[in-house]
Amino acid sequence: MTSDVVTPLLSVADLRVAFRQGPEWVPAVAGVSFEIGKGECFALVGESGSGKSVTALSVLRLLPQNGRIQAGRVVLDGADVFAVSERDMGSIRGGKIGIVFQDPMTSLNPVLTIGQQIAETLMLHRHLKGAALRRRSMELLEQVGLPHPDRHLSEYPHQLSGGMRQRVMIALALAGEPALLIADEPTTALDVTLQAQVLDLLRRLRKETGMALWLITHDFGTVAEVADRIAVMRAGVLVETSGPEFFDGPQHVYSRELLNAMPRLGACLQRESPEEERSFPGQPLLEVEDFKVYYPVRQGVFQRTVDHVRAVDGVTFRVERGETLALVGESGCGKTTLGKALLNLIPATAGEVRLDGVSISNATLGVRHKAQAELQIVFQDPYSSMNPRMIVGDILEEGLRAQRPRMAPAERRERIETLLLAVGLPVSARSRYPHEFSGGQRQRLCIARALAVEPRLIVCDEPTSALDVSVQAQVIRLLKELQDRHGLSYLFITHDLAVVSELADRVAVMHSGKMVEMGPTRQVLFNPKNAYTRRLLDALPSLHKGHGRRVGP
Amino acid sequence: MTDYIIRRLLYALPLLLGINVLTFVLFFVVNTPKDMARMHLGQKHVTPEAMEKWKHERGYDQPLFWNDEAEGATKVTQTIFVQKSLGLFLFRFGRSDAGRDIGADIGQRMWPSLAIAIPSLIVGLAVHIGFALLLVFFRLTYLEFWGVALCVALMSISTLFYIIGGQFLIGKLLQLTPISGYDTGWNAVRFIILPVAIGMVSGLGSGVRWYRTLFLEEVEKDYVRTARAKGLSEARVLFFHVLKNAMIPILTGVVVVLPLLFTGSLITESFFAIPGLGSYTIDAINQQDFAIVRSMVFLGSVLYILGLLLTDISYTLVDPRVKLS
Amino acid sequence: MPVLLPTDVLFLLLLLGLSALLVYTVRQEHLRRPWRSVMRSRSAMISLVILLAYLLIAILDSIRVPASVNGPGSSGAAPIGEPVTLLDVGLTAIRDAQEKTYSAPLAVVAHAREMTRQADGREVWAYPRLQYGGRHLADPDREHADDLLRRALLGLAAGLAGWGVLMVFIALAVARSPNGFVDFLRSACHSDSEFPWRAVLLTLLLICVMAGVLAALSQEYHVLGTGKVGEDVLYQSLKSIRTGVLIGTLTTVATLPLALVLGILAGYYRGWVDDVIQYLYTTLNSVPGVLLIAAAMLVMQSYMAKHEAEFASLATRADFRLLALCLILGMTSWTGLCRLLRAETLKLRELEYVQAARVLGVSQGMILFRHILPNLFHLVLISVALDFSSLVLAEAVLSYVNIGVDPSTESWGNMINGARLEMAREPVVWWSLASAFVFMFALVLPANLFADAVRDAFDPRRSG
Repeated sequence: MTSDVVTPLLSVADLRVAFRQGPEWVPAVAGVSFEIGKGECFALVGESGSGKSVTALSVLRLLPQNGRIQAGRVVLDGADVFAVSERDMGSIRGGKIGIVFQDPMTSLNPVLTIGQQIAETLMLHRHLKGAALRRRSMELLEQVGLPHPDRHLSEYPHQLSGGMRQRVMIALALAGEPALLIADEPTTALDVTLQAQVLDLLRRLRKETGMALWLITHDFGTVAEVADRIAVMRAGVLVETSGPEFFDGPQHVYSRELLNAMPRLGACLQRESPEEERSFPGQPLLEVEDFKVYYPVRQGVFQRTVDHVRAVDGVTFRVERGETLALVGESGCGKTTLGKALLNLIPATAGEVRLDGVSISNATLGVRHKAQAELQIVFQDPYSSMNPRMIVGDILEEGLRAQRPRMAPAERRERIETLLLAVGLPVSARSRYPHEFSGGQRQRLCIARALAVEPRLIVCDEPTSALDVSVQAQVIRLLKELQDRHGLSYLFITHDLAVVSELADRVAVMHSGKMVEMGPTRQVLFNPKNAYTRRLLDALPSLHKGHGRRVGP
Repeated sequence: MTDYIIRRLLYALPLLLGINVLTFVLFFVVNTPKDMARMHLGQKHVTPEAMEKWKHERGYDQPLFWNDEAEGATKVTQTIFVQKSLGLFLFRFGRSDAGRDIGADIGQRMWPSLAIAIPSLIVGLAVHIGFALLLVFFRLTYLEFWGVALCVALMSISTLFYIIGGQFLIGKLLQLTPISGYDTGWNAVRFIILPVAIGMVSGLGSGVRWYRTLFLEEVEKDYVRTARAKGLSEARVLFFHVLKNAMIPILTGVVVVLPLLFTGSLITESFFAIPGLGSYTIDAINQQDFAIVRSMVFLGSVLYILGLLLTDISYTLVDPRVKLS
Repeated sequence: MPVLLPTDVLFLLLLLGLSALLVYTVRQEHLRRPWRSVMRSRSAMISLVILLAYLLIAILDSIRVPASVNGPGSSGAAPIGEPVTLLDVGLTAIRDAQEKTYSAPLAVVAHAREMTRQADGREVWAYPRLQYGGRHLADPDREHADDLLRRALLGLAAGLAGWGVLMVFIALAVARSPNGFVDFLRSACHSDSEFPWRAVLLTLLLICVMAGVLAALSQEYHVLGTGKVGEDVLYQSLKSIRTGVLIGTLTTVATLPLALVLGILAGYYRGWVDDVIQYLYTTLNSVPGVLLIAAAMLVMQSYMAKHEAEFASLATRADFRLLALCLILGMTSWTGLCRLLRAETLKLRELEYVQAARVLGVSQGMILFRHILPNLFHLVLISVALDFSSLVLAEAVLSYVNIGVDPSTESWGNMINGARLEMAREPVVWWSLASAFVFMFALVLPANLFADAVRDAFDPRRSG
């Protein structure tokens, strides 16, 4: 269970933090208390806006300009952190507490080499110089699993991949040999295979160095395998703190909600109508043959095309009426490119696309225009997919006005109201602005916008990735409802295999522009034929793999 | 890299041609040689013979584009366009309307321009960046507030006042340096001090504000948070991490103006009676000497394009993220 | 019959257009928010009051009235037959009081000694009395100071009275009810409302008092002295306001359409359209600005010389030159804004809601109009606000190089140009230069402060 400690390494008592917005102070952390023992792994879980990152920044006194610590006491190894002078904080930050941030690309200084950035910490906290410095730098890089430390030392951050950059961040945090390492959403920006590697690394480092680990995340899956103790945070307060027995049955209602909302791989096993029984009569709605999207690589004085980047490299598939086909892959595999190219947002290089048997790829303008309404899209980021300067009513009407210019305004209005109700929003929403709605509500509005022109297939480009887990479940439920009611087909693009299990009839796995596996959901997820698919599944945290284990009423 | 340079040079050719055509249109088409002659010789009581003589002396008596009377290839070459405009490409500036050799004049007068412009640039950069860094270091204190207010106030004063005021205060009242003029060799130093100092002060307001904005943008970024989290002092974060990143746009901004240092500041040279290319141009405008103005326009354009090219190249040298494609 | 010069017409039309635009923006909610935060800034509102005062003078100076409205006995600085403006009518006292040459501010005697004839017929080398300045004083040495003080106090009182009237009007306009009136006064005193009433009213007080004192003193004195040919410096400075304001505003009329259209086209359609437009503005940009303007002005001068008949009067000639200067400045400075708009359009094009609109089948035109254009509005606004001050400053420099406004047009540039050489004189003639400096500074500084407030309010990164 928990490690055997008498005095905790870090103790936080009644921490209160607020941010200034205009003339008011908005509370972000409203009385949080917890302890982290020496060598312990402590997980702080919560959705976006719960205040978990703010708590960590407050402990280090690294709040942005408009933040203020209003009350509370933080004791690190017996010393009161808030009473220390700013100058002495310099030895605590990096020296006693190290922190790894979420986005490694922007968190590293782009114009300094890796070696220079590590050397800074080593010189400051360990007072190393010259050959000893270089030796230790290489040791650190080896420790975090980078294969060629001597080369990496003289490289710049942009020359490394995302996973390698995160390892460098960890190395930087380790360099000061801190007693506590804070990891603020360390894997959120990474692909699932990299996620698993980084988590493994953190686990190994803990064992090797005996340092405490404070993990901050929104994803229970990452936590289940590492944490000694778990705390759930919501709206600035801790609702529950417990040990690993948490996953058998959490005490608090909110924790239960969160845990239940997490998509699980076994969901497809529990669906009412297993795919074998679902039949899709008639002609497939969408047929794609040998679809290619190539980008030219130019070189030389006259910029001749010497090679091509094969973003989508000869893909063939079909989508039946009323079916959900999930398109899965890691970042860079080409799934988003494929989705956008099908809708003509990106020009396709070759291949044929047939809608209802009629070819639309090289068709005349008139045919293409008619087909335009049939294929719609819902984007990933609910905050940038609607024009912030238009009211909701106008946003929803935009498509209608373009497709049916002769529709009467009254009829249009009626249709919009119907749509709003269909996605679960009040009719009064039509005269409000997008910024007045939450992320989940905005995504519903985007779905309503796509529905307005009565499409038959909607391309969903990672529509739930930017949403909190509890909201995700709602949106997925909405999509399923709409599919049943209107007979819609979905091309669901995602990197999250667990979400696929909840929603998809068939799954296609993409890697480097090609489809490496395609088949019914159950078969692909539980009996994969392709090695890459197997790798993806192995990398999933075990909690997500929990077969249909839902927690209590 | 060489591919890139060659490609940019090739792209510069149509630009230069375009500039040439533009100046040609401005100087010869809208304002025909006949009008020019008339303006020079006085508006009224001008005989056609006097105009013809004036035009012939300067080579303006040829047709604009197409010479019907000539033979073969000279139909095109014996025209004003080819003789005067395209000749500029070979840096054949020809003679000014007053009879002097423009090329020689340019060669001689560019040195005083440089003698003022280069120190101004260096001093200006050092002082402005220094002040901007100080303002950012003392962020959110009263020092910063009043510093920024001072910058806005300084920015709102016209350059002419700085020059006139400076000349009056330092030259006349305090008599520290000569008001204007120039000398050769090392004696020039006394004449350079005042223009450089005034240039630095007059640019202080806008310069400090500009650099401060650059620095503030960098300070908001994530890597600064990481640097602080490593335990580095605020001074080190600012003067090393932020400065190094901000140097990229600063340096490229400086490189862009480097070639134009040759042409000098028109106002400064005029007020301080520096015999550089700037005053050369102003005198030519005042005297309506089209030949000189034409040449200076072309020279300035070539230098500007050179500056653009140098900027792109310098980007690759300073920013490790940029690879020339 | 009132004569309207082209610049007057354009200026007034522009003001009408701006007011219409302002009304439109107030109606849009997403634009109301930033404007409200501008209104909360004290420095911005003080600047706005000062700018409006300048604008008022410029407007008064743009409405011409028939010459017969002039009172009799106006020998005047204005040549025969030239139309006068409302401002001229208001400043008749100092407009007509033209001395022979220099005189110091508030002086009773000229600046330089001359051979003057005394009352007893002798010729003495002394400072001659001015023709208009202080002529009502019988014994200047004793009465001068008292007279000045008395007139200044009178002016102060008049200013206070004027301010009082203004306050009542404002209160009535804002309050809309008797109770509201009292509340308004109270909140104004304690400066606890959102809009910085106290600062604004204090600024108005300052302006009214200054206007009152200046008006009272200038009845009998040259408050800011006289220039080389004896014209009142205060009159010159006030008339120069119109020139400065016009250059700052009319130039935008020429810049905006070009920059908007070309910038958006280049950014949205990319491809060869973008290449052509980039080629255009790189070419234009490479020609050194001053030289391009000089060349264009030379062209304009020869055009005027060829069509002498059309430019019969001095006024039309000077006016045309001012108009041409504005247009030329506009045509040569659109490249900066165009580049900004192109870069922003390139970014906007890739925004998800623009892509969504394309998928929904919305036409290109509608996308440009509803999605791209409104998002560029803040860039245009910031650019216009910032350019205003640099254009006013540029006019001074251009006049120095003789490619600015006509020498007969009153402008600060011309004032500086004329007074520059006088700094070497003994004793120094400093008042022309100082006056031009103060008036320019008092226009450009508020313009910069207001532009800053606008930029801070409309920058999408800060307003979210």
